[in-house]
Amino acid sequence: MIRLPVTEADLHAYVDGILPAERAAEIEAYLADHPEDAARVSSYCEQTAALHRAFDPILDEPLPRRLEVPRPVWARAALRYAALVAWIALGGVAGWHLHAYHAASEYEATTWARRAAVAHVVYSPEVRHPVEVGASEEAHLVRWLSKRLGASVKAPYLGDLGYSLVGGRLLPGDRGPVAQFMYQDGKGQRLTLYVRRDADKRRETAFRFARERGVGVFYWIDAGLGYALSGEIDKPELLRVATAVYRQLNP
Amino acid sequence: MADVRVLMEEQIPRLRRYARALTGDRSSADDLVQDTLERALSRFHLWRHGSDLRAWLFTIMHNIFVNQARTRLRHQHEALESNAAVESMRAREPDWLELRDLESALAQLPHDQRAVLLLVGLEQFTYEEAARVLGVPVGTVMSRLSRGRERLRAVLAAGGNVSALKVVK
Repeated sequence: MIRLPVTEADLHAYVDGILPAERAAEIEAYLADHPEDAARVSSYCEQTAALHRAFDPILDEPLPRRLEVPRPVWARAALRYAALVAWIALGGVAGWHLHAYHAASEYEATTWARRAAVAHVVYSPEVRHPVEVGASEEAHLVRWLSKRLGASVKAPYLGDLGYSLVGGRLLPGDRGPVAQFMYQDGKGQRLTLYVRRDADKRRETAFRFARERGVGVFYWIDAGLGYALSGEIDKPELLRVATAVYRQLNP
Repeated sequence: MADVRVLMEEQIPRLRRYARALTGDRSSADDLVQDTLERALSRFHLWRHGSDLRAWLFTIMHNIFVNQARTRLRHQHEALESNAAVESMRAREPDWLELRDLESALAQLPHDQRAVLLLVGLEQFTYEEAARVLGVPVGTVMSRLSRGRERLRAVLAAGGNVSALKVVK
């Protein structure tokens, strides 16, 4: 049998267990006749084993807090809701995500619209605490949210469309505070308007629409603010409301 | 599609293991992992979906590690002190002496040899994957592996006196 010469690379490949069985057997035969190389190989194998003994326990250490992948706070809040967890786990608005990796801005847009949808799903079913500040203190609510967002926000009047203001709350967003206004019609159907500051003060976008598992969202950017209107209603009706919101904010 | 954060989270323990072995210091290792995660998150739109996330993260970590080499030299004094503090706290752990010997031996390797030895021996990257992570040809990986293992063997062998201390505990 003709054997290929044994190279340094062969010895390392043998240590790393990546040689085909036949070649590994040839190396073993070679090592039997070459005690110095055999000592080296056995030392290298021991090095690998020692590295694992020394450093593998780190794999099981609990992660320090600072190494948790930063997770949007809405996700943490959402985790309290088992149904919502399923909603996200089953793909959530994965459909929106599919093309998102191609363009960062597109990704960003779908991300905040998704946050708006999740915030809607989290807070709109609340019976006792749907909002932090009720509609009875509307002036205070608007002042407070404007102050926290650092921009003048308004709670549009949607009474003509049959929706009255329930109130609002402050939410954490990816780049600072976000406002959520909640509306409700006579049957208890709720809509939420999510308002965040956009990075670019002058950017404007057209209306975009996304729907997942019954929650429809119209979202757009106008005069430095991003708006997302979410509700579990028909697209035409949601559009009617979104248009009314847009008109009121751009008289 | 799984959330990229979840995918990333799965890699953190291995990133920490590698960073710890590479830096030899708990807090600088976690700093390195944190920097890696932050950079990866800010750039994850550049990651090709479906490609090897682990290799991508290790590549980012390697680049940060190399770029921080100068800063690291400046802070070496502090690092040694904090290491000593951790050492005294953890001295009762059974594998500590071996870990300390191994860490001090690893510290005596040039960092390019150490990186190859750890990527291949500890993280079980193939030679080709390690070459991509480090941005060097496979031949370079092989020669660094060969020199690194031989040097580690020599250092550990010369450290026989240190090992004898184990008996005294």
